[in-house]
Amino acid sequence: MIKVIQPGLQTTVQDLGRIGHYEVGMPPSGAMDTYALKVSNLLVGNDEDAAGLEITYMGPKLKFEADTLIAITGGEIPPKINDEPAGMWETLSVKAGDVLSFDFVKSGARAYLAVQGGIDVPEIMGSRSTYTLIGIGGLEGRALKEDDELKIASDKNVNVKAGRKIDEDLIPKYSKEHDIRVVMGLCSYRLTEESKDEFLSTEWQVTPDANRVGYRFKGAKMDFVEREQPFGAGSDPSNVTDQGYPIGSIQIPGGIEPIALLNDAVTGGGYVTVATIISTDLDRMAQVKSGEKVKFVAVDIEESLKARKEMKDKLDEIRKQLA
Amino acid sequence: MMSNSIKVMAPIPGVFYRRPSPDEDVYVNEGDEVKEGDIIGLVEVMKSFHELKAEASGVIDAFKVEDEGMLEAGQEIAVINQK
Repeated sequence: MIKVIQPGLQTTVQDLGRIGHYEVGMPPSGAMDTYALKVSNLLVGNDEDAAGLEITYMGPKLKFEADTLIAITGGEIPPKINDEPAGMWETLSVKAGDVLSFDFVKSGARAYLAVQGGIDVPEIMGSRSTYTLIGIGGLEGRALKEDDELKIASDKNVNVKAGRKIDEDLIPKYSKEHDIRVVMGLCSYRLTEESKDEFLSTEWQVTPDANRVGYRFKGAKMDFVEREQPFGAGSDPSNVTDQGYPIGSIQIPGGIEPIALLNDAVTGGGYVTVATIISTDLDRMAQVKSGEKVKFVAVDIEESLKARKEMKDKLDEIRKQLA
Repeated sequence: MMSNSIKVMAPIPGVFYRRPSPDEDVYVNEGDEVKEGDIIGLVEVMKSFHELKAEASGVIDAFKVEDEGMLEAGQEIAVINQK
């Protein structure tokens, strides 16, 4: 059992998401930085899709009521055990009565806490992930609150010891300026050539409206090519006939303030989606804070598949190092 | 007597507000006395408001961020002079 002394700003139970229900309008939820969650799970000997805690900007204060192993990965929100600094990206041992707390965030935006065995909450549609907008998954469908108690599951896991680490070069670094790779489309044809160029050359600033649903940016006004309003589309130039929104797709309602749709977002609608963040860089988006700068870098499908393969190789390397 | 100054830092990024709502007065002015735990401002991020509390009792020496200014995590917001 883990007792929540302070919940942090927004701490939720997440696994790798509620996959396979997108067509009925159910977004996947799940860890926004999947690499970090997977590595934290591997460090404590869990299956990589076990449920852990996603910690946003400000860490919780948690009391462990049994001896166990934990690992904290992702954005640098420096952990402390009984007020003593503890390492990230390594297997830590905690004893019954130990209190885990966190310092102010140093870099990145989200840290992930894995506990040996995983967090035990009911599976809803095949996942333990919290989807707060409709209140399902996780702990009662919401972020953690003071005095909550989290049960620890005994999901299949291998025996590991404290002190295990991964190589330094497998640990991502997060700065305040972020290059996020995108594949242009599905509706980039709606932008003028000038706006298409400007979309890629602008340093977009992340507004305070940036959460698990989506990130809203400020930086430039986008113009659309003239057209006759198609059947079924809204009258604004940024409207198209309703379509499915890819996860990571970037829409620009009214040509101002693009929004990148993320894990808890609406699954379809009638706004132009001018580009889609490649899957590996969704992990990096998870580590972008409000106020930071993002540049979108256009790549083709081949390059995005290469990035995905590199990510897979990295995880294979980590599995090998920890075996 | 020497006074000790305490910096109030932003624990999270977001927009800094010195008032509880647009038509209300500021929580505290520079020169005002505050007690540890008093609310001195709000930070808005992810569509929620986080209360900023004085970390020590004393007098607000200065605010280092403008009302409705953008904060970075770890940024200095105010200085409190302890008596």
